[in-house]
Amino acid sequence: MPASGQKLNGSEIFFECLRRENVEYIFGYPGGALLKVYETLYDVKDIKHILVRHEQGATHMAEGYARATGRPGVVLVTSGPGATNTVTGITNAYMDSSPMVVFTGQVPSTLIGNDAFQEADIVGITRPITKHNFLVKDVRELASTIRKAFYLATNGRPGPVLVDMPKDVLNATCTFEWPETVEIRGFKPTVKCHQNQVEKAAQKIAKAKKPLFYIGGGVISANASEELRELATQQNIPVTMTLQGLGAFPGDHPLSMGMLGMHGTFWANQAVNSCDLLIAVGARFDDRVTGKTDTFATQAYIIHNDIDPTNVDKNIKVDLPVVGDAKHFLQTLLEAMPKQHEDRTPWLAEIRKWQEQCPLAYTNEEDSLKTEYVIDEVSRQTSGDAVVTTDVGQHQMWTSQYYRFRKPRSIITSGGLGTMGYGLPAAIGAAFGVTDRPVVLFCGDGGFMMNVQELVTAVHYKVPVKIFLINNSFLGMVRQWQELFHQEKYSFTDLGDSNPDFVKVAEAFGCKALRAENPAEAKKAITEALAWNEGPVFVEFKVVKKDMVFPMVPAGGSISDMLLERLNPKTMV
Amino acid sequence: MKHIISVLVENKFGTLNRVAAMFSARGFNLESISIGETEDPEFSRMTIVTRGDDQIVSQVLKQLNRLIDTIKVTDLTKQPHVERELLLMTLKLSKTTQHEIFELINVFKGKVVDIKQKSITIEVIGSPDKINTTIDIFRSYGIRELARSGAVAIHRGES
Ligand SMILES: Cc1ncc(C[n+]2csc(CCOP(=O)(O)OP(=O)(O)O)c2C)c(N)n1
Ligand SMILES: [Mg+2]
Repeated sequence: MPASGQKLNGSEIFFECLRRENVEYIFGYPGGALLKVYETLYDVKDIKHILVRHEQGATHMAEGYARATGRPGVVLVTSGPGATNTVTGITNAYMDSSPMVVFTGQVPSTLIGNDAFQEADIVGITRPITKHNFLVKDVRELASTIRKAFYLATNGRPGPVLVDMPKDVLNATCTFEWPETVEIRGFKPTVKCHQNQVEKAAQKIAKAKKPLFYIGGGVISANASEELRELATQQNIPVTMTLQGLGAFPGDHPLSMGMLGMHGTFWANQAVNSCDLLIAVGARFDDRVTGKTDTFATQAYIIHNDIDPTNVDKNIKVDLPVVGDAKHFLQTLLEAMPKQHEDRTPWLAEIRKWQEQCPLAYTNEEDSLKTEYVIDEVSRQTSGDAVVTTDVGQHQMWTSQYYRFRKPRSIITSGGLGTMGYGLPAAIGAAFGVTDRPVVLFCGDGGFMMNVQELVTAVHYKVPVKIFLINNSFLGMVRQWQELFHQEKYSFTDLGDSNPDFVKVAEAFGCKALRAENPAEAKKAITEALAWNEGPVFVEFKVVKKDMVFPMVPAGGSISDMLLERLNPKTMV
Repeated sequence: MKHIISVLVENKFGTLNRVAAMFSARGFNLESISIGETEDPEFSRMTIVTRGDDQIVSQVLKQLNRLIDTIKVTDLTKQPHVERELLLMTLKLSKTTQHEIFELINVFKGKVVDIKQKSITIEVIGSPDKINTTIDIFRSYGIRELARSGAVAIHRGES
């Protein structure tokens, strides 16, 4: 490693900085503005560059890697179209608070503003979708800017940061100086929670008869699952989680209530309705969780811990805000808890009644296949220990219901933005980061086609992802809304006539491919796929066409509006 | 309710855009925004006038704080502060009105910055309320053109 003080060009500085940030993988795609960087990369051996097939794929891979490992994902793309192709992936990472650093090439600084070939104002374009972004105007600022970018992406509430690097800056030389410390005047996140607030929270928790934890992705990004488990079990408090929070508390623990919200469990939503204390940690009261805000948790005193003050009192007025890191909050809370607490047995019994009244259930038939069964079976065969990525749609919601997540960093899914096409690249990225657990993807037949090109990447690098395609021949989730709320007008959601032969598609990419059309075949295919480790394996599950995800709280509705079953059972095919 | 917010920011290109874009992206009201370098060229000071209930204004303040290029955000509304705006206005001038116009300029402590045969340009400095009144009063004399700076504000000094 060249020491500080050596003369290097911009491209060499770029890689020196990545080394110092301990970057393992770059997900990238070359182009004119990056020729110098790729020239330098030619001889770089310690940082692995993964060549994607579309820059959107690179961003989702980087995010999948970040969510699986907790370390920032790194993207490298050229100017203009390379840069604009990252917009969806950056927005996705922004909405789901994933740490990511995106490096874009840019036309030479002398040409900026001239509508030069492959010029796009990517700093302007990504301002509202990044935590922060930079245009590097001088090679002497490159190292300190990269240092800041990683610092911002990973501290406080994580998020994507973009660094735009003009071609002349990458060619110019200067003395390399690695800043040992970072000082950003306008960025001082509150990590430590206010002790008074924590003590107040402890008193409230001890005295609550019907407390409920409402856990979001913040607990996972703060690595606070252990503290949560200790506190919840010590205090005998049930735990419900958001889509991004699944796995923060073991799904097979008796205190786990699964997911809340639009497609959450009946009992979790009833508990939100009836609890006298709601303890929200690292969650942001998203509209898919609250439904109609006036009727959300009306009986409850609400404690809200979040690292980002803007999340507090944004959608729901809370009684006790505690700004700070989730791990610090739960740790100090554990220390502050009084010896005695209220008896929660009656409360847990009440919840159990709701659970018995309306459990998650599906019927299994010998000659037709249900998505619920496929996910249930994968959960069984992997003992809930896989890293599970999903795309967006019905299969995603069933995954949240039927996969029993036992560990943090197990679900990797597009929550805030709901990006179809996210799943395949995210799974590949996750599999680069995690090699001691199987990485499984559940993907719809619609979304699979949105980034299908990344199958090349998986095959080329022999990435052992299990690609489970849930083929219901429909844009299923949209079809579900059409059935429920749009007079069964299935406008442009039937893919039956136009879908390709997916097994042939996978095989054409060089991927091992299987097909299953009933539960017996599915079970066998899952076993075979999980045992296959020579690169990716693809299984097409031909499932029933018109299945529905229940329970469902219609958008903007209250828990009392929850639909538990089909309005018109005849529609089922 | 109207709020006047003072924001110390990094004096870098794009900062004004970040702030203004945040207001439009989140649907916050932005009545005026003004910016200029401070005594230290590394910083600029923005004065922002916005309207909203307590919940909204508290979100505005937090969202401003969240931007990396903002260093200090102060809601001056309920603190002792001085608020000023500059008005430049060109009026029609005629023999019959000129006397009254000159008198009114005195009343508003304005200054004549340019005068031609048929028009006069004046400058008035005051609180945005005073500027509103000035414009109302002069309207009947025929305003050709006007430009307002937007409010700038600062804490009142310690005694
Ligand atoms: C990029 C993008 N375009 C459109 C949508 C809207 N949308 C949400 S779910 C869905 C259907 C997904 O269908 P499929 O991938 O087959 O999954 P399924 O619901 O059938 O499981 C659509 C079109 C979206 N979320 N993302
Ligand atoms: Mg489908």
